Amino acid sequence: MIEWISQPWHWAFSGAAIAGVMFLMTWMGKSFGVSSSFKALCSIAGAGKRIPFFKLNIKEEYWRLTFVVGALIGGWIASTFLSSPESVTISDETIQALASHGYSYPEMDSTGAGFLPTQLMNFTSLKGIILALGGGFLVGFGARYGGGCTSGHAITGLSHLQVPSLITVIGFFIGGLIMTHLFMPFILG
Amino acid sequence: MKNIGFLGVGVLFGIIMTKSEAISWFRIYEMFRFESFHMYGIIGTAVAIGIVMIAIMKATKMKTLADTYVGYFNPMKLSLKRHLIAGSIFGLGWAITGCCPGPMYVLLGNGYGIAGLIMLGAILGTYTYGAVQDKLPH
Repeated sequence: MIEWISQPWHWAFSGAAIAGVMFLMTWMGKSFGVSSSFKALCSIAGAGKRIPFFKLNIKEEYWRLTFVVGALIGGWIASTFLSSPESVTISDETIQALASHGYSYPEMDSTGAGFLPTQLMNFTSLKGIILALGGGFLVGFGARYGGGCTSGHAITGLSHLQVPSLITVIGFFIGGLIMTHLFMPFILG
Repeated sequence: MKNIGFLGVGVLFGIIMTKSEAISWFRIYEMFRFESFHMYGIIGTAVAIGIVMIAIMKATKMKTLADTYVGYFNPMKLSLKRHLIAGSIFGLGWAITGCCPGPMYVLLGNGYGIAGLIMLGAILGTYTYGAVQDKLPH
């Protein structure tokens, strides 16, 4: 059983499993969305004193914070007990594209797992810090401005056939394609 | 204690995101370069099943554990400008960091300390939105 779970999952199984998470959240009476947890954290940090947007009844956010703590623990369980020995098998074209910028895969991730390019985002270079902090900033700002992220719009919103969610997801791809094709070549150097 | 169920679903979500490789920067980079079907397959399958699932839950008038019906309450007002701009800003950041909000937590759990810095950026971005939202088109 553990061995079977430990191998990388097929995309169809993964997609069905994510739908399963949404089912559980819906059944438990909540809307599945992760980015609102950042709003709740701002509120806990006292942002509500200065900006009404962050005035929340924090007790009503506990379930959301419990969920993301669970996600963190789940990540730990997966990496500690269920990790597969090979790195993520990305396509040869992608490996070659990274190589053309002087990066080798999977060494680009110091753990070798192929989850995060620590040669690009790290605490040891100014560029690494700016990319992590700046990229995260855009994600957080855009998610709140649009009223949700991948889980809230692309998964939950689309499942509920919400047009605003569809428009937002199209925006996700406009921004993502611009970054990957126009700016990423310069960022990778 | 009544939130313990959400902890369980969160753990499940963390394991799924890791094993599906959806937390991988390289998978996102590959997706935006159209060099693999993997991420499209995951999102497409989740949405296809999700649409059918929600439709069945609504049609059968299924009650949730909170004793409510399944529905999309407080739907957002459609604003092309807002949603396209906001989505694009998110997308720019998604393609740099290779992770959306869920994977930030999961990557931190996987032992990537730098995910904590990405998350700090996201929290600052959230705060900044709250501070300037009156000046943005909605």
